[in-house]
Amino acid sequence: MTIDWYNFTPWSALAGGALIGLAASLFAVMNGRVAGISGLLGSLLGAGEGRGEKALFLLGILLAPLLWQLFSKLPAIEIHTGWLALIVAGLLVGIGTRYGSGCTSGHGVCGLSRLSPRSLAATLSFMAAGFATVFVLRHLLGA
Amino acid sequence: MRKLMAFLAGVIFGIGLLTAGMANPAKVLAFLDLTGAWDPSLALVMAAAIGVAFLPFSWAGMQRTSLLGAPMQLPGKRELDRRLIGGSLLFGMGWGVAGICPGPAVALLLTGHGQVLVFVAAMLAGMLVFAALERQRS
Repeated sequence: MTIDWYNFTPWSALAGGALIGLAASLFAVMNGRVAGISGLLGSLLGAGEGRGEKALFLLGILLAPLLWQLFSKLPAIEIHTGWLALIVAGLLVGIGTRYGSGCTSGHGVCGLSRLSPRSLAATLSFMAAGFATVFVLRHLLGA
Repeated sequence: MRKLMAFLAGVIFGIGLLTAGMANPAKVLAFLDLTGAWDPSLALVMAAAIGVAFLPFSWAGMQRTSLLGAPMQLPGKRELDRRLIGGSLLFGMGWGVAGICPGPAVALLLTGHGQVLVFVAAMLAGMLVFAALERQRS
């Protein structure tokens, strides 16, 4: 294992993570809800309670980069994935997060903060699958 | 008040994703590339998020209603099942292909990258497929 010290950004990672933790905490303590983005999206696609609050939380995320740009330039956003791969990835993420009842935010942040055994199992599963997929694509197939 | 709080929390969440580098798919893939030039930054994102959220969530877990009077709706299920693990494995595969998970997908939607529109359309289609299969099951 070689650590890429040049691109390692510990301080912004910690600061950004703290903000994510703060946002998830506010949504739980004030609104009584889990800030799980796949769950919020999934329930907006169907009929359910609390659609207003859920939609507003997502709207906040959606508008965050526009508010950011009022004060400063957006950080780097680099996407090198091809179109077909993006479609496959999107389908897998959509179906997988709904079957798995959560994603990086719902299981990885909220669930682990609540010491939920389900979220620990889910997080270990999607991390392992993510590591394995990148290994296969980059180092075995050379994509 | 609850609606305003939901919006505010969403904005903080989005700013956090941008600050952390989670909204840069290339950086996410560099984190997932353990055997390449590994960028461990995103492990710190998760550690910091959990560090901040741990006590508030512990408190919330003991309450019936939130501070703004909403019912506390934290999931209580604890059993593991095949759907949880299988779904999470599929999600991880998709995450490993593009480096985009649902939060950053929403945060990137209005930043003018056409690839994100395609990804989000496919992701929502996947969610609709799930909903259709669920309706068939019941």
